[in-house]
Amino acid sequence: MEMSGSGGTVLELRSLEKMFTEKKTGRELEVLDGIDLEIGQGRFTCVVGPSGCGKTTLLRAIGGLVEPTSGEIFLDGHPVTGPGPERGMVFQEYALFPWRTVLKNVTFGLTLKGISAIDARASAREYLETVGLTDYENLYPRELSGGMKQRVAIARTLAVEPRILLMDEPFASLDAQARNGMQEFLVELWRETPVTIVFVTHSVDEAVFLGQEIIGLSGRPARIVEKFTNELPYPRNRTDAAFTDLRARILDYLTKEMADSYV
Amino acid sequence: MKKWKVISPLVFIVLWQVLASAGALGKGVPSPVQVVQGLYQLTVTGFPPGYKLLGDILSSLARVLLGFGIAVVLAVPIGILMGWSSWFDVVLDPIVEALRPIPPLAWLPFALVWFGLGYLSAAFVIFLGVFFPVVLNTVAGARSVDPYLEEAARTLGADRRTILLKVIVPGSLPSIFTGVRIGIGVGWMTLVAAELIGVKNGYGLGYMIMNAGEVARFDYVVGGMVVIGLIGFLMDRAIKYAEKRLLKWR
Ligand SMILES: Nc1ncnc2c1ncn2[C@@H]1O[C@H](COP(=O)(O)OP(=O)(O)O)[C@@H](O)[C@H]1O
Ligand SMILES: [Mg+2]
Repeated sequence: MEMSGSGGTVLELRSLEKMFTEKKTGRELEVLDGIDLEIGQGRFTCVVGPSGCGKTTLLRAIGGLVEPTSGEIFLDGHPVTGPGPERGMVFQEYALFPWRTVLKNVTFGLTLKGISAIDARASAREYLETVGLTDYENLYPRELSGGMKQRVAIARTLAVEPRILLMDEPFASLDAQARNGMQEFLVELWRETPVTIVFVTHSVDEAVFLGQEIIGLSGRPARIVEKFTNELPYPRNRTDAAFTDLRARILDYLTKEMADSYV
Repeated sequence: MKKWKVISPLVFIVLWQVLASAGALGKGVPSPVQVVQGLYQLTVTGFPPGYKLLGDILSSLARVLLGFGIAVVLAVPIGILMGWSSWFDVVLDPIVEALRPIPPLAWLPFALVWFGLGYLSAAFVIFLGVFFPVVLNTVAGARSVDPYLEEAARTLGADRRTILLKVIVPGSLPSIFTGVRIGIGVGWMTLVAAELIGVKNGYGLGYMIMNAGEVARFDYVVGGMVVIGLIGFLMDRAIKYAEKRLLKWR
């Protein structure tokens, strides 16, 4: 079954801008320069761009952890301010609570919703099964590999049933092998779960492997300069001609943006 | 390697015995054998007679644990709030920094005015010794909590109260333990000084040492020192053990 945008728009960004004021110098730093974007229900969207251009800032703004200077963010047509469980975040640093076991990390958001401890545990176990960590529920995060930690983080986020999953370079600290494994895992998970994903990465290869849409940002301040559509069927094969073609096109754009940002 | 752990204290004691018996350590300095005899007399007869060692130990423990307990109960919430909220930090930090360098003993006259002769005065002085290391370590702990954890909690639907109780407090716990361990050490070390005055019932290890010193019963003095050292060591071990049990996630 292939997911499509049939369910309408989940997320809409209108003229999103962000200026940071540098604490030391007091200088203004323009990071987001008018981002307009619509993301359909169930779509898998990747965001790429030169490092330091504002990808993380964009994702954090959607997640409500960064307040935009101007512009608007709508989730299912409602303006959003501040973070909330309907926008799940997955961090590169995992951000698991080290003093909680795997199971209790996943129940964290559930009990905050007012779900009873018993129901929360039952539900958390289902999500742990989904991410293949059933046998690990009593371990602490330090006892897990990077890939397992990120799976717990994904389970913890999915457990509160977000409308959209925001992922900021979630596999960047994994070694190449674990990373490929996690990419395959995420594709499978997404095809089974009707969740909308926005996935930030600096790896073009990763974006082409994962995304239906690949949004190309300019160097800082970030604007959307390219939108690539990726119709390749899942699971994707990195050696396909169409795969390598698209990767080459995106690399072209990225190389140009990086060259521009060094001028 | 391990055998040196046993050998070196034995050598120390033997050397001490030899030097003390030869009179090389000065007049009245007891040998280990005399110290053991002194401890025996303190246990069965007591000093002054009737005031036995067990009573001294229990009285001292009661004073230290009272001061220590109150200090921890106050210092941990204050430290958490200071480390977590810049408002609390701005308001309380100058006060903490101003009071911290004052030696606890300097407060003794006020302790007597406020609490009179008895448990509370000594406990108050011990409280002062424990309070500041625990506050400072708790503040450091609250500040060291990974900001990503707070953000993750917020995106999972946590409000400020939940973040404080479920993220900042557990995240500060390792530092709090460090503070508590330092605190109990400082508190126990303040004991002799705290019992200089502020003792009404005639019992107390520090109190006994002072009295024994005045009549040159150095075997009792050193016996008291040995007991203080031993109990301090045991308390440190007990906290280390609790830490291991409670922080097994580390
Ligand atoms: N809180 C902040 N205060 C000031 N500057 C920031 C802050 N967060 C990010 N920046 C700056 O914004 C720019 C974009 O950062 P980021 O969004 O992390 O880029 P990317 O994720 O694309 O590498 C960088 O120059 C960074 O230094
Ligand atoms: Mg980034």
